[in-house]
Amino acid sequence: MKTEDLKNTQDYKYGFTTDIENIRAPKGLNDNTIKFISNIKKEPNWMLEWRLKAYNRLKVLKEPNWQKPKYPKINYQDLYYYSAPKSASEKPKSLEEIDPKILETYKKLGIPLVEQKRLNGIAVDAVFDSVSVATTFKDELTKQGIIFCSISEAIQKHPELVKKYLGSVIPLSDHYFATLNSAVFTDGSFVYIPPKTKCPMELSTYFRINASETGQFERTLIIADKGSYVSYLEGCTAPMRDENQLHAANVELIALDDAEIKYSTVQNWYPGDEKGVGGIYNFVTKRGACRGKNSKISWTQVETGSAITWKYPSCILQGDNSVGEFYSIAITNNFQKADTGTKMIHLGKNTKSKIISKGISAGNADNMYRGLVDIKNKATNSRNYTQCDSLLMGNKCGAHTVPYIKNSNATSTIEHEATTTKINEEQLYYCNQRGLDQEEAVSLIVNGFCKEVLQQLPMEFAVEAQKLVAISLEGSVG
Amino acid sequence: MLNIKNLEATIDSKHILKGLNLDIKPGEVHAIMGPNGSGKSTLANVLSGKNGYEIKGKIQFNRENINELSTEERAQKGIFLAFQYPLEIPGVNTNIFLKTSLNAIRKAKGEKELDTLTFLKLIKEKANELGIDEKFLSRQLNVGFSGGEKKKNEILQMKLLEPKLSILDETDSGLDIDALRIVADGVNSYKNKNNAFLIITHYQRLLDYIKPDFIHVLSNGKIIKTGDASLGVQLEKTGYIGLG
Repeated sequence: MKTEDLKNTQDYKYGFTTDIENIRAPKGLNDNTIKFISNIKKEPNWMLEWRLKAYNRLKVLKEPNWQKPKYPKINYQDLYYYSAPKSASEKPKSLEEIDPKILETYKKLGIPLVEQKRLNGIAVDAVFDSVSVATTFKDELTKQGIIFCSISEAIQKHPELVKKYLGSVIPLSDHYFATLNSAVFTDGSFVYIPPKTKCPMELSTYFRINASETGQFERTLIIADKGSYVSYLEGCTAPMRDENQLHAANVELIALDDAEIKYSTVQNWYPGDEKGVGGIYNFVTKRGACRGKNSKISWTQVETGSAITWKYPSCILQGDNSVGEFYSIAITNNFQKADTGTKMIHLGKNTKSKIISKGISAGNADNMYRGLVDIKNKATNSRNYTQCDSLLMGNKCGAHTVPYIKNSNATSTIEHEATTTKINEEQLYYCNQRGLDQEEAVSLIVNGFCKEVLQQLPMEFAVEAQKLVAISLEGSVG
Repeated sequence: MLNIKNLEATIDSKHILKGLNLDIKPGEVHAIMGPNGSGKSTLANVLSGKNGYEIKGKIQFNRENINELSTEERAQKGIFLAFQYPLEIPGVNTNIFLKTSLNAIRKAKGEKELDTLTFLKLIKEKANELGIDEKFLSRQLNVGFSGGEKKKNEILQMKLLEPKLSILDETDSGLDIDALRIVADGVNSYKNKNNAFLIITHYQRLLDYIKPDFIHVLSNGKIIKTGDASLGVQLEKTGYIGLG
């Protein structure tokens, strides 16, 4: 652990680094870096070509600049695009082969992979910097025809599925960060649920950025075939560093006829220190396609970390009667900034979407809900309900709501409700009078405020998320 | 139990309490009456340690000077305030609030925290004693409660937390006769020789059900008259002006 130069370790308990030997791509972004990544992952030629195509496209794209939180220019030639623990360059076949230091790290993070094997319930894929190090429960899942592995492995073993679906929701030329990811993505998870199969356990991926000056570009692809169901959860942490690190992930979800995907995120990347130095730039593209009739995609996110969170997990409701949901808690404290929300694109008939967004802002932070509801002219009898609530703590923070609403169909309806409240001194006093101290009182009130979203999380994670909500706001009142 | 000497309180440069003296012993019920703006609610706030007041004088609780203690420390030591306007906390289940509160107080006293099952058994018992419907406990705290339900909830909390000193700030305002009786029964059933009550009210009505040992008249930040239960009846007839 290199913690001596990092103060306030107790504030961010995941702020440690692990000293392990890394293999890195040469610094900078160019054809050779991309070839290096593709080569080290032993990718087939079509994959390399796909990456290079993305990179060519990237050269003509401009970094977007319409978002509210501004950041200093990123020097893309000064980053490492691939970093992997040396011991994992030959992917371990079993948990016993994993570098004990990595296992130790995951244990500190509260994901004991070895124990996970024994305990029932959650299958975990852990991504350390750029590679996926372990996937538990693989055998059990394989029996049902479920594929849960790293995307690198899927590229080699299931090329037909990857070719068919990769980039089908987030095309190569989508926007700057998504295209950057397509060129240099390193690892991530792949899930395929065969027809009429209910995945018997929560699938979970844990992402960790360990190496410095490294960007993390993971790529996740989840396909729920006809009549299937899967619930997937990702968690994220990173060491404390005084530099800003870029995290630009792409997540694509595809739900076919009558299939349902529930995707939950607990994002706790390092937020920077109290003065706003360091922290992760979390610029992520998440998009789901409800491609089949009666399909459903539900996003739940608890965003407490990162210096800047900039993402809009979205649903494209193509299939008739399909349903999209977005439940979000975004907490910003100190100098954190968030510009987050969702896009619900209604294309099919009788499509429904629901957006529940809870933004909490404390310290000097700034929190923005930005969302698009777009009902196209063929989406008859479609409905959207949006509720955006903001809670302010103190008088130096900000909360903003920017809804974009388009309805091109007279038979469809859109409802939008928004509230902004300040945490109420009288409520705190009431709780104090019942014996609760300030932190407990804030935690109780804030968890109450977020309840509708917390309820959406798989039970195993709801308790953790509640604690995280409280920890993120410690010291923000009184 | 409670000794107040020369208490003065100022808020936003308004001098509200101007030298108040009061002694409450275990087993006693004290009522404070007085015209609007005389400082009754300020007294309740100051005793519970609400922020924002500039305080002079001495407040002792069980021989300890509590002027410097925070609201929650006073609550943990056994001072309970039934609010005139109980607060709504959306999204927080009443049961969870009560359990969190009880366990915070138990923890401060060095007692074991209650697990959910034991708590639920206890709270059902207390609710039944007060004739409160159990469904009420799974609703969000005070959200959409009628005025009467909110006040009953305050009394339920009092019985659950078992404070030494209970301050009731106009708990009777806005109550119909049935709710008033529930509140009074709650107080009477909890009253014993080890605890005490300070009841702030405008009306004699509540004192027909809860018999006070002392009635104090607060006017312009001071207690101007103290008497026994008969003083309330007299005030009802003559009003505060009659005290001349």
